[in-house]
Amino acid sequence: MIRLEPRVERPRRLSVLVPLGSVVVALVLGGVIVALDGADPIAAYERILDRGFLADGALSATLIAATPLLFTGLAAAVAFRMNVFNIGGEGQFVMGAVGASAAGLAVGDGPLAVTVAAMLLAGAAAGAAWAAIAGALRAWANTNEIITTLMLNYLAANLAEYLIFGSKSYWRQLEGTGLMFPQGRPLVARAFWPRYDLGPVEVPLGFAIGVAVAVGLAVLLRTTRFGFQVRVIADEPRAARFAGIRTRRAVFVLLALSGAVAGLGGAADVGDTRHVLDPKALSQVGYGYAGIVVAALARLNPLAVVLTAVLMGGLANAGRSLQGPDFPSGLVGTLQGLILLCVLAGEAFARYRIRRVPRVAVDPEAADPVGAGA
Amino acid sequence: MAPALAARGVTKRFPGGVVANEAVDLDVAPGEVHALLGENGAGKSTLSNVLTGLYRPDEGHVEIDGNPVAFRSPRDAIEAGIGMVHQHFRLVETFTVAENVALGRRGPLARRASAALVRDLGDRYGLPVDPSARIWQLSVGEQQRVEILKALSRDARVLILDEPTAVLTPHEAEALFAVLRRMTGEGRSVVFISHKLDEVRAVADRVTVLRDGRAEGTRLLADATSRELARLMVGRDVVLSADRMPRRRPPGDEVVLRVHGVEAAGDRGEPALRGIDLTVHAGEVLGICGVAGNGQRELAEVIAGGRHATAGTVEIAGTPMGRPDPRRAHRAGLGIIPEDRLHTGLAPSLPVEDNLALLAHRHPPLAAGPFVRRRRLRERARALIDEFDIRTPGPTTPTRLLSGGNVQKVLLARELSARPRVLLAASPTRGLDVGAIETVRDLIVSAADDGVGVLLLSEDLDEILSLADRVAVIYEGRILSELDRADADVEDLGLLMGGDLVAGRSAS
Repeated sequence: MIRLEPRVERPRRLSVLVPLGSVVVALVLGGVIVALDGADPIAAYERILDRGFLADGALSATLIAATPLLFTGLAAAVAFRMNVFNIGGEGQFVMGAVGASAAGLAVGDGPLAVTVAAMLLAGAAAGAAWAAIAGALRAWANTNEIITTLMLNYLAANLAEYLIFGSKSYWRQLEGTGLMFPQGRPLVARAFWPRYDLGPVEVPLGFAIGVAVAVGLAVLLRTTRFGFQVRVIADEPRAARFAGIRTRRAVFVLLALSGAVAGLGGAADVGDTRHVLDPKALSQVGYGYAGIVVAALARLNPLAVVLTAVLMGGLANAGRSLQGPDFPSGLVGTLQGLILLCVLAGEAFARYRIRRVPRVAVDPEAADPVGAGA
Repeated sequence: MAPALAARGVTKRFPGGVVANEAVDLDVAPGEVHALLGENGAGKSTLSNVLTGLYRPDEGHVEIDGNPVAFRSPRDAIEAGIGMVHQHFRLVETFTVAENVALGRRGPLARRASAALVRDLGDRYGLPVDPSARIWQLSVGEQQRVEILKALSRDARVLILDEPTAVLTPHEAEALFAVLRRMTGEGRSVVFISHKLDEVRAVADRVTVLRDGRAEGTRLLADATSRELARLMVGRDVVLSADRMPRRRPPGDEVVLRVHGVEAAGDRGEPALRGIDLTVHAGEVLGICGVAGNGQRELAEVIAGGRHATAGTVEIAGTPMGRPDPRRAHRAGLGIIPEDRLHTGLAPSLPVEDNLALLAHRHPPLAAGPFVRRRRLRERARALIDEFDIRTPGPTTPTRLLSGGNVQKVLLARELSARPRVLLAASPTRGLDVGAIETVRDLIVSAADDGVGVLLLSEDLDEILSLADRVAVIYEGRILSELDRADADVEDLGLLMGGDLVAGRSAS
């Protein structure tokens, strides 16, 4: 019989090797599927690599696609670190877009720096406030945050739709065709966020801010008292509480922080690309849920989220531009799913080791042989 | 006559190089009580798990009536007539006694037959339990009876009991011994696992001593001295008595902990504390003894700020505590060694150095603004590891990988280095080996010598008597009696722990 045994200590190198190996396995499995479909897997991968990363302008487009994933990925990673399962990146992202577009509409005529700052602030505040609802319920009423954040996603989506389709709100275009075909009021052109030309690649401002946020979160989690407390609470909330750590407040603050990061994503989306509040498009793309995948791939490490967001963004970008009769249309989605599946399965190898043992009765305590062996 | 149950050269290894049993031989004769004596970690539980089919030995085998057997599961062992009463009972809490006894037997669940069986066996062996009572309604002692009845109902010819007296009052233990004698009188055998010498002496015919996974020898109790057995068990000479540990300084007058009229509910909403009054002075050890489940946990949690008191007040070093707030209790000068050290006390997967800094990381010198100074934190951890002689591969080792004694030292180092005025210690040596017990007791006594008031909650009377200046007995959420160590008598305390107020009056 083959048995999984928990590793006593977890070798460091495994935390890099296992995810990399998992991606390779996913690519091989994806290749098998392409081959079964009658296409050439090598060629398909070459085209994905080309369109996602190597072709002229491909990396720039990939960064644009990666930016929202970067923020929602960071939002998920920071919350999941403390076993607070914020599934509400989606709604917090939408609320961030609502807040940021209002700010952009209000002060878009002013200097760009002021506009950007106002949009970031409004986006973060809106996202944080949205997540704080679930945070307060979890911290002081012991409500399961998975349920509340999920429900708040639907509320946010409906609220955004109401702003554009159901009311004559500040966000809605009320002139010209806007009355016949409801749509958001676009920002003025001078409020559009800049892109920085770095030779081979154009970096949108939102992506740059996202990288800065990733670094900030890594520092926060690694070096601050708050980060220390997050680790303690994640490992054993009871010990944290009896050591005088304010666990309720930490849960609340962490969820609000996570929401703020997702809200920044909404702001970047409006400022970088959409320049308008577009509820239908936002609910179609599902950045919030994709962010959970990005965070899981990065094993909740904020710096690694930058890499996984670019990887997933590149796949999405390639998928979009390669759609056509000669390219298996479901391939990119299939690949993304396979990668997640393989990485999650790979986790098992990082956490357990495989041993062949003679068949024996399984004792519930055998999971902890050292303790039970007394 | 062939032994009823025997182990022949049983070796059991666990991953990570732990050899829990090495070439262990054991002979249990029909009709005897055979004790397995050894410290925690000596391999007693592993051996019993091999004997009952839970583990398969890596080498050696088990014999029944002289015939080798290979159990593939606990069911095989049960069918071969081996019964086991685990330290932690394997009962379904929401089922009735009769249902629990009927569980796991082949055929339809015959409640009525099972109830009749419970009554019959109860009468025959002196194990009275109401067959229709639900398990959670029963006291721990009664639950143990159900476990024994379960084994008897399957006609166990050998009954293995793992530390059966740990949860019993001295009186209940006596009653249990009588039951065991009745069983052996019928030709059944009993394997009695314990680390308490006096108990083994009271109940067993022969004893096999285990140390470090090896059988050190089997003796007839009539022939063996306690000193010899203790030496076999520990591997060196030990002091046997519950002598009071010497103190450098007498207690002071200042009250550092005052608990007045405290009432609180337990986890199920039942009244757990019914008006507790206590005072602890600086430099004094107040020992509270009682059988587990009489309000000790709730009392500790109320004082630590982890449970709401429905009435009464707690004052720590003169500061009144309001609503539950562990942080406020800490600030006022409380240190805690909780009963469940690895989960309530420590974050098990975090490095030793982080656990040592669980309190100190908030203030300078470890804190600098919003940041934690990792290098200082590590230096401080190294210093504490030296000072408290914590055996760890390094400051970054996950705490759960340390032995129980070292885990407890991490906790004591953390709490004592915060310079508390009061130390609340709940069963601080439970599950530790003899060496670690000595260290932990030394640390507690020296804290008291330094002027810390200690509230010691323990089920171990010897521990209370060796550490405490004053002794109180807790029973069903009340303090039954409070007396000076000098006036405390083991017999009377034992009776009081069982709720016998008459004994309390004669003692005070």
